Amino acid sequence: MKPSGLNVLVIDENRIRAAIIEEGLRDAGYDQVTVIDIMHGLARRIADLNPDVIVIDLENPNRDMLESMFQLSRAVKRPIAMFVDRSDEASIEAAVEAGVSAYIVDGLKQERVRPILKMAISRFNAFSRLNRELEETRGELENRKVIDRAKGLLMRSRGLSEDEAYALLRRTAMNQNRKIVEIAQSLVTAASLLDPGGTQ
Amino acid sequence: MTTRHAITAGFVPLLDSALLVVAREMGFAEEQAIDLTLLRERSWASIRDRLAVRHIDVAHILGPMPIAGNLGLNVPAPEMIVPMALGLGGNAVTVSPALWQAMAEHGATVDLDARTNGAALRKVIDARKGTPLRFGVVHAYSGHNYELRYWLAANGIDPDREIEVVVLPPPDMGDALAEDVIDGYCAGEPWNTFGVLRRGGHLATVKAAIWRSSPEKVLGVNARWGGTNPEAMAALLVALHQASLWCARPENYEALATLLAKPAYVGRDVELLLPALNGNLPVGGGAVQTISDFFVPNAKAATFPWKSHALWFYTQMVRWRQIEHTAERQRIAAETYRPDIYRAALKDLGIAMPSASAKVEGALTVATPVGSSGALTLGPDGFFDGGRFDPDDVEAYIASQSTG
Repeated sequence: MKPSGLNVLVIDENRIRAAIIEEGLRDAGYDQVTVIDIMHGLARRIADLNPDVIVIDLENPNRDMLESMFQLSRAVKRPIAMFVDRSDEASIEAAVEAGVSAYIVDGLKQERVRPILKMAISRFNAFSRLNRELEETRGELENRKVIDRAKGLLMRSRGLSEDEAYALLRRTAMNQNRKIVEIAQSLVTAASLLDPGGTQ
Repeated sequence: MTTRHAITAGFVPLLDSALLVVAREMGFAEEQAIDLTLLRERSWASIRDRLAVRHIDVAHILGPMPIAGNLGLNVPAPEMIVPMALGLGGNAVTVSPALWQAMAEHGATVDLDARTNGAALRKVIDARKGTPLRFGVVHAYSGHNYELRYWLAANGIDPDREIEVVVLPPPDMGDALAEDVIDGYCAGEPWNTFGVLRRGGHLATVKAAIWRSSPEKVLGVNARWGGTNPEAMAALLVALHQASLWCARPENYEALATLLAKPAYVGRDVELLLPALNGNLPVGGGAVQTISDFFVPNAKAATFPWKSHALWFYTQMVRWRQIEHTAERQRIAAETYRPDIYRAALKDLGIAMPSASAKVEGALTVATPVGSSGALTLGPDGFFDGGRFDPDDVEAYIASQSTG
């Protein structure tokens, strides 16, 4: 069954995540997809686009504005409503958990929208996972840099080999019940205080 | 104390999240053996969603929202109760420099009088051609929306035909004003002070001038959580009461502003947060106006969840055609606010509490000692137009406003 014919709007300040959702929608056969990642003049643009379905990240501060279109605004031609699948409480929970919400034009059959929300939930989750892994990798890289600088300091000031410098850091960390990176950070900080400009 | 309570509370970064922030940061929650986790949200919609899926147990929330949720107006809201208010007042109406200039030419004054400045706005609209003025509010079911509309309507301005009311996130209001997207807005703090000091706006009037000592944010509680955790809820009310006393002491204003200025809370400069606390509000053009009762965290039973406040919000939902009145809906609105829980939770503290659960709003023109369990002063709580709301005669009030 071809799902196209629905005009889907994706609102997300995070461009990468928005692109991932858009790609998912296109892969699933939705060919009328618009992405808005700049919130300036949002109400006007929604009115112009007149979408059937809106997918928006949960943290977006414009959700209250969007929801006010249910009743306050004369800007939209057709009333929109939050997508709430009453038959399936778990899907609301999954959506909030993933950080996404969806709105549909009033009267649109829920079965037609459910796959969109499902896809958005799984892509939002995949994005968060990716982000987490990226953060961890970034953190590890930072840690390694600090340890390398501490090793360099020890090698220069105490004439140690690289292995000996690392062993000293590790031993100190074990004795003080702290992480190697913490010891390394203290050393780098202390060195920069004692000799500003000399540690780089 | 043997049992510890873990409570997660949602809040939106606004000045009146103060009671929750202080309860956590100044140790009042800890005194009650509560591990209070605060979760910051960027919209009222996500506060509602997280309440619905029980990511949070309680929240700093707009007074009308739990009522709207219980009336089925705001899905997917859980059933909610309001066992406490989080202070009175705190909002203002800010207008663009151009609109202020026009209002001033028609007699508007920096004393922010709601009658004088409303009449000036009426004259500006009479003289204006083309598109209607546009005003921003923070939410459809908010005290801001209702007090702005009340102020306009009582000055003979139809907020639906002669003004366009739009919803915007509060942090965007100042920019929207500076870019002429809107001509004015009604928001909480620090967003009026921000608009005045950082975006060239001018105060037109304040909530305290439209309706003095009027309701604003409340503690919204997921009814299911409250029902299964009555001790935790009662302990939280005690902690919030202690926090309200702390917030009310002038010697703490500076510390409170500094606390709220932290990135984890409101995340804005101290100079934007202090005016609402000490009542010395920058109104524009370098002028400062002292407004008594601008924001009231504790005095005048400021944390008491009056049923008459709930019912007034309900009448405004009916007035602005968000819902049609029925006796059943009126009952649901009144029962959302729970002064009984408030009384039971705080009874051992020996504090002055109102003996009634509802009062005639707008009846007190001067500060008045009232019959209660201790020395308590209420009011003045007048509407600027002399209006009165009798919670025992809701239908008459609705009728009087529908013809007006």
